[in-house]
Amino acid sequence: MTERKPFRFRGIGLRTRENLYGYGFVFLWIIGFAVFTVVPLVQTFLFSLNQVTVTATGIDLLPVQWANYARALVTDPNFVQLLIEYAIETLVSVPIVIIFSMIIAMLLNLKFKFKGFFRTIFFLPVVITSGPVIQELTAQGATSVPGVTNTAAITEFLAQMPGYLRNPVEYLLTSFILILWFSGVQILIYLSSLQKIDKSVYEAASIDGASAWESFWKITLPSLSTTTIINAAYTIITLSHFSENKVIKYIYGQTYAVQGGIGYSSAMSFLYFFLLLLLLAVTFLVLSPRRERRR
Amino acid sequence: MEGNLMLKKFDLAKIKTFLLGSRTSYGMVFTVVLYLLLLAIGFVYLYPLLFMFVTSMKSPTDLLNPMVQWVPTGVYLGNYEKAFRVLAYPTTLVSSILVSVLPSLITAAVCSLVGYGLARYRFTGKNIVFALILATFIIPAQNTVIPQMLTYKDLGLLGNIFALLLPAMFGQGYRSAIFILIFYQTFQSLPKVLEEAARLDGASDLKIFFQIALPAALPAFIISIIFSTVWYWNETYLTVIFLEGGIQTLPMQLAKFTQAYQNLYPPGMVNIFDRLNEAVKLAGTFLNILPLLVMYFVLQKWFVESVERSGVTGE
Repeated sequence: MTERKPFRFRGIGLRTRENLYGYGFVFLWIIGFAVFTVVPLVQTFLFSLNQVTVTATGIDLLPVQWANYARALVTDPNFVQLLIEYAIETLVSVPIVIIFSMIIAMLLNLKFKFKGFFRTIFFLPVVITSGPVIQELTAQGATSVPGVTNTAAITEFLAQMPGYLRNPVEYLLTSFILILWFSGVQILIYLSSLQKIDKSVYEAASIDGASAWESFWKITLPSLSTTTIINAAYTIITLSHFSENKVIKYIYGQTYAVQGGIGYSSAMSFLYFFLLLLLLAVTFLVLSPRRERRR
Repeated sequence: MEGNLMLKKFDLAKIKTFLLGSRTSYGMVFTVVLYLLLLAIGFVYLYPLLFMFVTSMKSPTDLLNPMVQWVPTGVYLGNYEKAFRVLAYPTTLVSSILVSVLPSLITAAVCSLVGYGLARYRFTGKNIVFALILATFIIPAQNTVIPQMLTYKDLGLLGNIFALLLPAMFGQGYRSAIFILIFYQTFQSLPKVLEEAARLDGASDLKIFFQIALPAALPAFIISIIFSTVWYWNETYLTVIFLEGGIQTLPMQLAKFTQAYQNLYPPGMVNIFDRLNEAVKLAGTFLNILPLLVMYFVLQKWFVESVERSGVTGE
């Protein structure tokens, strides 16, 4: 019965063969994932449950259970405050990035001359954004809305505001361009999904008497819903991983501080990671299509 | 009489079309608004760069003069001379290039393997592998970096470029998940016919991968390598932890610009015009992004068309 089997499988079943070669190609990644991600992640978690001291020969672990977490959330005067600021800043930035990149993508999707020139401008920040560069630009006041922050009226206006409102507004004014600078990749992602919408749908709608405004809400926006979720997630992750992020800087500083240490900073890293996942989950819930939410 | 009225109506319609547009063109009003809008947003977007460039060209007297805002009184390159020395530009530039290009070449090579495996084979647990790849993109660096650092210390790899190359060799380089997705999408969109034909001719899977799939995925390679290079160049969290003390990259040197400046020009020893000011700092910042700008303008087509070409958005 052997002739029934196609020659190219050389005696092994199709299933086994696919498994063998599939894992053959992915093999390197799986090893890497275990060695460079899972093991360090578990180790960091173990560190977070211990008081870690670095000695000449290695590291000493003194189990303290959840004390590091309790300290970060209850005793530390800065950490919770920084986490709240991070969450607010992220929740302020994400809608701005999403709306801005959607508008720019729709403008760039029109037909006009010098389109390539404008596309080049809007993507430029992706190439040059690094922690130290942003830090220098912010320090010299180059990232605020030109001419706005130093106006007396604005300063007065800010002073009148309650604290919980003042911080996000101040952040918005001083870092407005910075927030826009994080939109480069998202603009391109929107642009490519706009180009995939079938033009004839718009034509049919306009023949049926739909205005451009109606077409936007009824055709464009629904077609972009998946892309919006991708973009929101991308924005949250890049903002959270950015090396100038205050929480990251604080955790980094505490790693080498005398009263901090590796155990404490590991605990904070996990709390931060948890908050990041929470923000991602909230975004998914808010942005997933309504039909699915009601089910 | 009637004909005259018709003519007038026609002219009016023409003017209206010219200004407000028709089904085939946008019309004057819309076009002008569009350009104004794009130019305004473009200006806001480039404002930090313009500010940086103009300020970096200002001499100390220009800086103190409130009348000089956007046009310096003369071409002054003193800031660049100082920043050049403070950054130790030739050395840091070369190490920056090495630290960004080498890991990105390895990343692209390994990610193409992984992406091909995911795109062409139906193996058990593929969805789990996919989910884990996405997870690596979400996990913040500080949740894994300390044990890695301690291991490298034991192996004597701290301050050595291998600290960055090792993870990249196993598909765990900086933002590798994105490149795996790019290759996955690329290989999925390639027609299978050629590969199947080669298989019938008795070619092995590896041979098919190297001789048929890889050449067809050249755009994905270029996109992955340039993006990876840019991201490695700009990455400072990992490079500071892994390379500090061994290799100085441009962003690392920029981060401690003030300190490095004061080593070269001690504050008490130099006259007031040679003290550190924002113009020198911004000259340093400009020197920092200059190689990236050159790369961007040479390869801009690859950058801005990357998303469409690679189909990263997926369906």
